[in-house]
Amino acid sequence: MATRTQESAYQVQDIIAEDIDAYLLQHQHKSLLRFITCGSVDDGKSTLIGRLLYDSKMIFEDQLAALESDSKKVGTQGGEIDFALLVDGLAAEREQGITIDVAYRYFSTEKRKFIVADTPGHEQYTRNMITGASTADLAVILVDARKGILTQTKRHSYLAHLIGIRHLVLAVNKMDLIGYDQATYDRIVADYAAFAESIGIAAFTPMPISGFKGDNITTSSAQTPWYDGPTLIDHLDTVTLDVSEDQAGAFRMPVQWVNRPNLDFRGFSGLVASGSIAPGDAVRVLPGGRTSTIARVVAFGGDLPRAVAGQSVTVTLADEIDCSRGDVIVAAESPPEAADQFEATIVWMADDAMLPGRPYWLKLATQTVTATVQQPKYQINVNTMERLAAKTLELNAIGVGNLSTDRPLVFEPYADNRQLGGFILVDKITNATVAAGMLHFSLRRAQNVHWQATDIGREAHASLKNQKAAVLWFTGLSGAGKSTIANRVEMKLARMNRHTFLLDGDNVRHGLNRDLGFTDADRVENIRRVGEVAKLMTDAGLIVITAFISPFRAEREMVRQMMAPGEFIEVHIDTPLAEAERRDVKGLYAKARAGKLANFTGIDSPYEAPANPEIRIDTTGMTPDEAADAIVAMLIP
Amino acid sequence: MLYAPPRPPTFEGMTNSSHTPPVSLTHLQRLEAESIHILREVVAECERPVMLYSVGKDSAVMLHLARKAFYPSPPPFPLLHVDTTWKFKAMYDLRDRMAAESGMELLVYKNPEAEARGINPFDHGALHTDMWKTEGLKQALDLHGFDAAFGGARRDEEKSRAKERVFSFRAAHHRWDPKQQRPELWNLYNARKAKGESIRVFPISNWTELDVWQYIQLEDIPIVPLYFAAPRPTVERDGMLLMVDDDRFRLKPGEVPVERSIRFRTLGCYPLTGAVESEAASLSSVIQEMLLTTTSERQGRAIDRDAGSASMEKKKQEGYF
Repeated sequence: MATRTQESAYQVQDIIAEDIDAYLLQHQHKSLLRFITCGSVDDGKSTLIGRLLYDSKMIFEDQLAALESDSKKVGTQGGEIDFALLVDGLAAEREQGITIDVAYRYFSTEKRKFIVADTPGHEQYTRNMITGASTADLAVILVDARKGILTQTKRHSYLAHLIGIRHLVLAVNKMDLIGYDQATYDRIVADYAAFAESIGIAAFTPMPISGFKGDNITTSSAQTPWYDGPTLIDHLDTVTLDVSEDQAGAFRMPVQWVNRPNLDFRGFSGLVASGSIAPGDAVRVLPGGRTSTIARVVAFGGDLPRAVAGQSVTVTLADEIDCSRGDVIVAAESPPEAADQFEATIVWMADDAMLPGRPYWLKLATQTVTATVQQPKYQINVNTMERLAAKTLELNAIGVGNLSTDRPLVFEPYADNRQLGGFILVDKITNATVAAGMLHFSLRRAQNVHWQATDIGREAHASLKNQKAAVLWFTGLSGAGKSTIANRVEMKLARMNRHTFLLDGDNVRHGLNRDLGFTDADRVENIRRVGEVAKLMTDAGLIVITAFISPFRAEREMVRQMMAPGEFIEVHIDTPLAEAERRDVKGLYAKARAGKLANFTGIDSPYEAPANPEIRIDTTGMTPDEAADAIVAMLIP
Repeated sequence: MLYAPPRPPTFEGMTNSSHTPPVSLTHLQRLEAESIHILREVVAECERPVMLYSVGKDSAVMLHLARKAFYPSPPPFPLLHVDTTWKFKAMYDLRDRMAAESGMELLVYKNPEAEARGINPFDHGALHTDMWKTEGLKQALDLHGFDAAFGGARRDEEKSRAKERVFSFRAAHHRWDPKQQRPELWNLYNARKAKGESIRVFPISNWTELDVWQYIQLEDIPIVPLYFAAPRPTVERDGMLLMVDDDRFRLKPGEVPVERSIRFRTLGCYPLTGAVESEAASLSSVIQEMLLTTTSERQGRAIDRDAGSASMEKKKQEGYF
C-alpha cells in the first residue's frame, strides 16, 4: 500500500522533471472542489487530513522534519509520524489542546485542487461546522469503526444536510484496528443508511478506510478485497461540482458595484450566482422590475462571449435603467420573488442570545436590510432532531421562525439557490455576525397585505392642528422622574393649544402589552409595540410623549428609524442610580434588592444610556417644572 | 499515471451561444472569481480602502486581480508601500513601473523614527522589522485613516494563517485576537466596524504557491526579475545566501562577495532574505524547481526563525500584517 503511493508520487516527480510544460498545461485545467471533514478528535480527522496532504506531497522537508520531532515530543502515535500535528494551528489552542476555529487546507491531485475546511470542535461545534460547510460541495463524515454511529455522527450529518451539502461520504475509519472486518463495516453502513433516510438524506457514499495506514485513500487497499467502491481520492476527483449544477439554473447576478469610470460607461459588477449570460439576452433588474438586454460582458483583455455561474463579471445593459448595489439582474422570463416576510432556519452564533423583535442587519447576497426575527416556532435538538419549544435561541442553537424586513428582499428558497437564500444577521451595536440563516419561503401575508394609500396624509393631519408631529421619547431608570416630568410637559403643551398624547409605561402594560413580562425579549417587544403606536399617532398629527425605561439603545434606535427624520426627540432623564434608589417612589428598588423582583433595570438588568440624546435632563440640579420648561423650549422655540 | 490530452486554453475564451454545454471552470478561474468578489465587496462597503503593495509575487497577483475587478476603471484605492529603505533595488524599479501602469496613486511610507535613528538590519536585528514594518504599517494606516487594507497573505504559507479569516478585524491598536474572529459563511462578508477599528483583507487567502505561479504564467504578470536565476554577488552567512545589492552591505572580516547563479523564492529586505542557488531562468523552470523542491517557502525568511513555530502568530497579534 505505502509503496504504491510512493511510486505514483515518484512518477509525478518524473513528469515534472522531464516535461514541465506538459505538466503545467494539464494543471491549468484542474477544477476546484471544496469539502469539509466532520468528526471528533478521536475519529482520526486530523490524521486523515494530514495523510491527504502527505500523500499529495504538500509537505516539505523542513515541515516533515518539524513533524518528526513534534511526533516524538507530543505525538499520540508512539513515536510514529503523527499526521494530526500537521493540521494543528494556533499556539493558544496547541497549549490548551483545543481548536477554536475553522482552518482551511489545500492539496491537489492531477484532476482537482481541493480546499478542505477543517472544523474540529467541542462546544463551538455547530457554529464552526456550519461556517466551514457553507462553502462545501461535499462532506466527509468520519466514523471510528470500533464505535460505529454515535450521537455526534448524527449531529454532523444533520448539520451537513441542513446547510445543503449535496454529497456525503461516510468514511468508516480505523479499519486497521478492527482487522478490516467486513461484517462490522456492513453493520455500520446499514445503521447509517437507516438514520440517513430518517432525516431525508437521499444518498451517501460509504467507504472503509484507515487514515493512519493509508487504506483506500489514494489506492485500493489489499486489506479490503471485499470492497469494490472508489478510493476516497477517486471519489473526490470525480464527484459533480456544485458550480456545474448551478450553471443549469436561471440567470441571477446580485449587483455588487456600479462601474462608472466616465459618462460613457456604466457597468454592473457581480458574481454570477446561477445560470449563464451572453450579449443579447433579455434581463430584468429586481426589485424594480425594469427590463433590458445585455449589451456586453466586459473583461480586462477583451469582452467575453458568455459568463457562467461562479464567475465575477461586469456587464453593461442596452438601456439606461436604474440599477445599483443590492439589485439583482435576472433572466427576464423567470424572475425570482421579492418579499418582506419569511420563514427561515436560523443558526445562532453569538454568546448573547437572540432577542425576538430586536432589529438586526440582514445581509443576503449584496442586499443589506433591517430585519426583526419573531419568537422561534421551535428549536431543533441537533442530537435527536426533536423539535422543542423555544422563546429565544442561544449560542449554537438552531431554530425555525418567521422574520420580517424593512424593505423587500429579492430571494430564492435556500434549497434552490444558496446565494439568494442564505443570509447572516449582524448586531447593530457590536457589529458582530450573530447568526446565519436560510430562507424557506415568503409568507403569504407579505404578498397580500399592501399599504392602503389614504387621501388625507400625515402632513394634512398635523397642519389641521397647526403643529408639527413629534415624539418626545423619555428614557431613564425607574424612579428617574420620567412620568412626573412627562406629565408637566403635556400640561404645558396643552395650555399652548398643542394636541398631545402621553403614552405611559405602566399604563400600556395594563392593556396593549398586558401579555409581556420583563425579560430582555419582552422588553424589546414592549418597545416595538409602543413605537408602532407612537408612529400611528404621529401619522395622526399628534405630539406624542412616551415615558418608558426603554433600557436598550438598539430598540430606541429602531423607533427612531420608524419616524420621519427629525421627528424623534430622545429625552434622557438622567438620574444617578443611587439617587433613583434613594427616592424609590414605588418601593421597587427595595423589592429588587431583596430579590423579590427579577430583571430590574439598574439592579440585575442593564441600562444603556443614550450616547447623544437630543435633550439631557440632569434631575439632581433641576426641579421637574424647570425640566419641563427646558423640554418645551426645545420643542417649540 | 493517466494524462488526459491537453485541451486548448479556455481561460478567457469561452464558446459562444446560449445553448452551449456547461463550461467547466478551472480552479484558477474559481480562485480569481472569489478574489475579485472580495475586492469589490470591500470597495462597496468600506470608506477608505488601501492595497498594501510589497512588490513580491503575491502582491503582483493581488494587484493584477484588482485591475481586473474594476476594469475599465482603475482600482478605486491607492497602493501603499511600507518601505524599510532596505528592499532590493529591483523591487523599487518594479514598484514605480506598476504604479504608473495601473494608473493608481502610490503612497510610500517610511517610519520617521526608524529613519532618524538609522535603524538597519545589520545593527538592530528584530528591531529592524518591528520598527520599519510593524510600526511603520500602523503609522501609515493611522496617518491616512484607512479603514480597510488589502494584503497578499495566503493561508497555505504558515499554520496560524490557515485559521485567519478573509476579513480580519483589528482593534483600535491594530491587535489581532484569534478568538474574536467573525464567522464567514458562504461568500457573505460582514465589513461593519466601530470607529477606530480597521480590517485587514486577504483576497488571495485560498491560493497556494503553485496557484500564484501558474496564474502569473497564464496572465503574463510582471514580477521582480530576482525571482529568476542570474549571476549575482553573494556572501554566505549563518547558513543563508545573501545578495550584496548595494554598498551598504557590511562585509565581515574575511568575507568576499562571490558571484553565484541565484534566485529568490520570497523577497523582503535584501540583507535578511536568503537566496537559493539555481539555474532556473524562466517561469516554467522556476515552477519546476518549486515543485521538485523539498523546503517550504518561508524558510528563506529570517523573520520566522526568531521565536520558534509560534512566532508569526505572536507578530500578528502585535499588529504585523
